[in-house]
This record gives sequence, structure tokens and C-alpha cells, in this order.
Amino acid sequence: MRLELRLAGEGGQGLITAAIILAEACAEYTQLNAAQTQSYGPESRGGASRADVIISTDEIDYPEVKAPDVLVVMAQEASDKYVQGVRPGGTVIVDTTYVKPIPKSEAERLKVVEYPISAKARDLGREIVANIVALGLVVEITGIVPKDAVVAAVLDRVPKGTEELNKKAFFVGVDAVKEL
Amino acid sequence: MALSLDKYLRMSKLPHIWCPGCGHGIVTQAIVRAIDELGLDTDKTVVVSGIGCSARAPGYLHFDTLHTTHGRAIAFATGIKMAKPELNVIIITGDGDAAAIGGNHLIHAARRNLDLTVICFDNNIYGMTSGQYSPLTPQGSYATTSPYGMLEKPFDLCNLVMGAGGTFAARSTTYHARQLTNVIKEAISHKGFAFVDALSQCPTYFGRRNKLRTPLDMMNWFKDRSVPLRAWSKMSPEEQEGKFPVGVLTKTQAPELTEVYAQLVEKLQQRGED
Amino acid sequence: MTKKRARLLQGNEAVVEGAIAAGLTFFAGYPITPSTEIAELCAAKLPAIGGKFIQMEDEIASMAAVCGASLAGMKAMTATSGPGFSLKQENLGFAVKGELPCVVVNVQRVGPSTGMPTSASQGDVMQARWGSHGDHEMVALSPSSVQEAFTLAVESFNIAEEYRTPVILLMDEMIGHLREKVVLPEKEELVIRNREKPNMTPEQYKPFAMDHGEIAGVPPLAAYGDGFKFHVTGLTHGEDGFPTNNPAIAEKQLKRLNEKISSNKKALTRVEKFYMDDAEVVVFAYGGTARSARKAVKDARAQGIKAGMLRAITIWPFAEDALLEVKRNSPKAVIVPEMNLGQLVLPVKRVIGDSAPVIPINKIAGQLVEPEEILLAIKEAM
Repeated sequence: MRLELRLAGEGGQGLITAAIILAEACAEYTQLNAAQTQSYGPESRGGASRADVIISTDEIDYPEVKAPDVLVVMAQEASDKYVQGVRPGGTVIVDTTYVKPIPKSEAERLKVVEYPISAKARDLGREIVANIVALGLVVEITGIVPKDAVVAAVLDRVPKGTEELNKKAFFVGVDAVKEL
Repeated sequence: MALSLDKYLRMSKLPHIWCPGCGHGIVTQAIVRAIDELGLDTDKTVVVSGIGCSARAPGYLHFDTLHTTHGRAIAFATGIKMAKPELNVIIITGDGDAAAIGGNHLIHAARRNLDLTVICFDNNIYGMTSGQYSPLTPQGSYATTSPYGMLEKPFDLCNLVMGAGGTFAARSTTYHARQLTNVIKEAISHKGFAFVDALSQCPTYFGRRNKLRTPLDMMNWFKDRSVPLRAWSKMSPEEQEGKFPVGVLTKTQAPELTEVYAQLVEKLQQRGED
Repeated sequence: MTKKRARLLQGNEAVVEGAIAAGLTFFAGYPITPSTEIAELCAAKLPAIGGKFIQMEDEIASMAAVCGASLAGMKAMTATSGPGFSLKQENLGFAVKGELPCVVVNVQRVGPSTGMPTSASQGDVMQARWGSHGDHEMVALSPSSVQEAFTLAVESFNIAEEYRTPVILLMDEMIGHLREKVVLPEKEELVIRNREKPNMTPEQYKPFAMDHGEIAGVPPLAAYGDGFKFHVTGLTHGEDGFPTNNPAIAEKQLKRLNEKISSNKKALTRVEKFYMDDAEVVVFAYGGTARSARKAVKDARAQGIKAGMLRAITIWPFAEDALLEVKRNSPKAVIVPEMNLGQLVLPVKRVIGDSAPVIPINKIAGQLVEPEEILLAIKEAM
């Protein structure tokens, strides 16, 4: 079993962090293998940002994502650029706060999950946790890694004092799937 | 007296390669005298050089010695000093070595205030390659690459070091052999980055082209242009024209890098134990 | 939830972990993408263990400082990428000539010049071999996983110390920035080797002795400050370290300098053989590109095609012996995928000769060689 995931948006949205957390959850708390790569422009804030994760029960030979099974888009530019690359029948998770509905032609060949990820994070008090809300959605939709592993990995990495906020954000994402 | 200095020399490596009348032997002797008078532990003293005539001096000195690449002596020495702060690290460099190809290393070592002593054998010419102009060649002087006279303005290396944050800068000449020894002594004793601009004559490549044919002519040229610091400060800019001050030009105290680093290590290790 | 022993590490992080496990006590560097994480991690970790970190004013200075620290007895490292690697060459040559153990990490990016700073490349393979002027041997290792970035960092130090030579850890951006699962060995599982120290008096000590050494041609190295009062110069020198113009002495010394590596090729050159026993088509790969090759070979085998991979772990000295074995088996083809314009194709051809076609697959603009491209080449060769 090999699952390819891509988180795409703008620099500063914390997508690389979310990808690292997901890969850490697999590698450090389960028997799963994980490989994480990224691509980014010269900007630290703004500009396109993309983080990939491969999760596999087998050894991961080629570590690059080619056609993701799951794509999260949190910026319009990312949606325009990456939706077409998703494997047929794959899932696109759209942050409706910033991204318009994806074109019908694409939507027909994919599973589309729409959720106002960034707006919900804002409701929690800080939009910066939108990446963790997105992580909740990904984990619940794929079911590939135990939630407690991800929570543990989130707590390993987030700044002191924000643990509860991040945990809450994660379960906002998880619960959203149940409501869909 | 001379005999007592033999232990600092690798007698089997002498005679040296320098030309008759070259000033570098006088500067080297001043360094050895300074080391002797300070009583430095010869096992704990390292002499590092770059490339050029000056760079051959460490080969004649009986210490741990390192003859590096052109301009890089200070950078090599930085590694030695950071690795073993207990060592006395003395750098012998030339004016082309220190001010042209190695200029970046000079200003940054000064900025860091790392406890190094840099003695610049300043003969304002590239001697090893037979007489090209250096960043210290006086304007109007002749060199093989300034056949119509030097067009560019030279550096004042002491001012450069001071501007970069060096905490000790001094200048002397081979004419002032005793003063030269004293300022080198003071430079080595100084805790922090210390720079000595040691003017040294190159009769072969500078003197011959610039109507200073004999070593004596060149040393008189140093004598005539040098002004003790106290007198210098009272001179007008017009009077200072064509002359230079000698002596310890600046000496201040500031935190030294290896000490600051040791404090960081201590702090982090205490934190680790808590 | 309890953590397993495995960790998720970036290739660059694994290099630092490996270097520290090998005894790294000194790092000098200069910021450059995509190797900067190595400097950052050293800056954070070294002071806490009593080691030394310094960010120098440029790449040349960091290589110089590494040489100086090595002479002061430290295990020293620097890290860089393309443009910085070019600047390192001057004092890398000094480290070769002065026989100063040290490790230079080059996380290759696309060149020439500034090129594509965040894109993977294997374009410095030949520069690693011949970047410095003059006849010299070079040791360069290339990891193809994060786990191996750790083990080869340890190995780089071991070779550097044992052979008194600089070692290049030739990474590529793909492995440098890849995060994957690694299991760091416990201290006692590691073999750590240290330079041989002189066991004679300072008067007897010859830092460049012809005839001494546990390994032939590798004289022991004293540390500055230990009372040996020895001289090191980039000038060609005799056994005592002092410059010589005597051609007989110069030739002897230069030969020793080269032969201490070339005559120990067998011990130094490591390869991985993957499905090679009955391979009819051989993929010769290294570094990040070997990941694609491994996938292609597995896929080929799943389709009943007898493909195998010979992976060069040591790039220099070159894997001649392993390739000679390939030649003896007369494969249908040797495929050489690289993220450059075929820098190792000629060295491979030199060994393989006319016994099999040597087929390059090249990427030069930051894209990786994909497994499908290699698989296609394998099929075409059959």
C-alpha cells in the first residue's frame, strides 16, 4: 500500500509543517514508512508552496509524489496548478475560504471535499492553525494513520502554550469529515 | 644575546631565501625578540602565514608553523584559535596577502575580535612575483604593473582594522627595530584582535624602481616619513601629507570571541544538566 | 502514545547526526542553499556538546578554518553547494597536500554558476574528482537515502582520519532535503576511527614520512599545541614538511600522496549490488538517482525481466572492480541515469569497453530521472 498526498497553498500557511507532522506521525509512532519532500519559491511568505508526503507499508523507493491520491488546496493558484495532477478517482480537499469551486470537468473525475478550513481556524482564534485543521481532514478521510499518532506528532512540534489550540484544530478537521 | 634566540629558530633551515637588504629578517627578529621577552611557551605558540616573501618566515621559526594559501592565513588561524583557544596564534602576512586577496579575512577577524596577532610585513609591493603594485603601494610609485606610476590610492591598514572593530592597531618600521619589538610584544599580550603594520623595505623590487636604491635609502625613507603618535596628533592635515604615524594607534578592550564562546558553552551545558 | 526508535529526519539533518556520532567537534561554514540546514543544525548542537561552530566570512575562509581546526586535532567539517564548492577548491587542495583529515559536504544543485539553487543535480561529480588543480586522488561518497546520509557521514570521517585526507560527502538536493524514516544506531553499534598520533619524540617525528603508517603511506599526524613543533605547507615538501625543489624527493612524496588512496582502492570503494547475480541489463546508478533505478529494477523483475542495479556508494575512487565484473558477465546493456549530462558515462565506458552498449539517461534542469524512464530503457535494451 502506498498513498501519495500533496498539500498546496501559499508560503506562510504552514503546509510544510503539516506535511512533516504527518510524516513524523507515521515514521516515529507507527510501523509505516514515510517520505516528505517539498518545493517552494524564494519567498518565505507568500508565493506558491507545496509539500508532499508518501506513506507506505513497503520501502519507499522513488520518494517523489507523481500523481497524488489526496490533494489539499488552500490557495487559488495552488488549485489552478495542482488539481489536474491528481490521480483519477483521487480526493481533493478544497479550503473554500480562499479557493473557488474546482472546474466541473475536474470535479467529475475526482472526489471533492469542500470545507472552509481557514475560516474555521479563524473561529478558533488563530488562522495559523488552519494547517492542523487540514491535517485533521486528511487523516480522517484517508484513515491511513491512527489519530493518536498524529496528535502526538502535533504536540511534539507545535510551540509551547499552543498545544490545546492545535489539538482542538485537529479535531475540528476530523469532525468536519464526519459531518460531510 | 643573539645566541639566546637560536632556540626559536630552525637553524637547519637557514640561510633564508630573502634578498640581501630585505627588511623581513628585521621584522622576524622583532617577533622572536617579542616572544622571548614575553616568555611565551614555545609548545603553545603557532605561527601561520599566507603566500609571499613574508610567508616564508614561519619555516625558519621553531614552533608549530603553517604556511597556507594566498591571503588565507587569518582564516586558517581562526580555525586553530577557535579549536584551541589556549594557543598563542601569530599570523605573518604581507601587504598583498593581507590587504588584497585576504582583505575580507582581515576585516572579519578584526570584527570578531578573535584573539589573534597579525604582523603585516608591509613592503608595499608583491616581491615574490617580482614587483607588482599592491594595495599599499604609494600613489605615483613605480611597479612592474604601474609602469607610469601607481594611479590608485593605497589603504591605511591600521585605519581599516580599527574601522572594522579591531581592538589593537600599531605601526612601526624596520628603522625603528626596538619600537617594532615593543609594539609586537604589546600586540601579542593584547586580549583580542591585534594588528601590527610593520613597514619593511624591498630594495630589490620597490627601491630600485623608486630611486631608493640601497636598503639604507629605504630605511631613511621610513625614518623621514614616520612621525611619533604624539607629534602626529598635533599636525595639520597639510603637514601630515606624505607621512604616517608610528606607535600603538589604538588599544581598547572588548569581549574576545573565544571567551564569549566559552561562556555560551558553559551556559548551554549547565542548562543541559538542569 | 510511545515513540518508536525510528525518527523522521531530513538528509541534511542526518549528515549532522552522523558527523556528531563520528566525533565532529568543529564546523565552519557559510550559508548556501540547499546545504544551509547543515550549518544551522551544527550552530545549534555543537556548542551544547563543547564543540566549535563558526560562520565564516566566505566559503574560502570556512574551508581554511576547517584545515586549521584539523591541525589543532579536531574532527572538522564544512558544508556547501555548487558555487560554494567551487570556492572551496583552493583550500580543499591544501587539505590534500597538507594531508589534513576533514569532511566537505556538497549538496549538489543545478549549475553552472548560480544555476537553480533549490533543484537537485549531480553536476559536481567531476568537480569532486578534479576540482582542485594538480594531480591528486579524491575520496567522494554519495548517499542515496537519509539513513545512508548518516552512515556515510560517519564513514567519511573514518576515511578522512584513517587516510589523512579530505573526504567529500557528495549529496544531492533530492537526498539533502528529503525527510524519511531512519533508525540511528546506538553509540556502541558504530565503528569510529581516529587518526594515528605519533608515538615518537618531536625530534624523530616526520609529519610526511614515506615509510611509516599502519596504512602504507599514511604518516601519523600530531596536533598543534602537542609539542611537536612541525611545519605544514602547500609547497611540495619532504618528509619533514619543509619545502623542497629536489625532483627526486618531490616525486616520491607526490606519488605517496596519490598512492595512499589509489593503492587502497579496494578497501575504499564500496558498491551495492541489487539483483545483480543474474542481471542481463545493468543500471549503474548513485545518489538520489539510485532510488529511481531501484524502483525500475523491481518493476522490471516483476515483469520477468532480469535487470539489476550496481549502485556506486563510493563515487571516487571509481567502482572499476565491480564494473569489470559486470563486463565479464557481458550484459545486454549498462544504463547510466544521472542528473547531469553524463559525467560518469565515460568512466563507465572506459571499463565496460565494447562488451556492452552504455546508455545514458540524463536530466539537467532539476527534474529527477523517473523510474519509468529507466524501465523503458531496460526494456529497450532487452
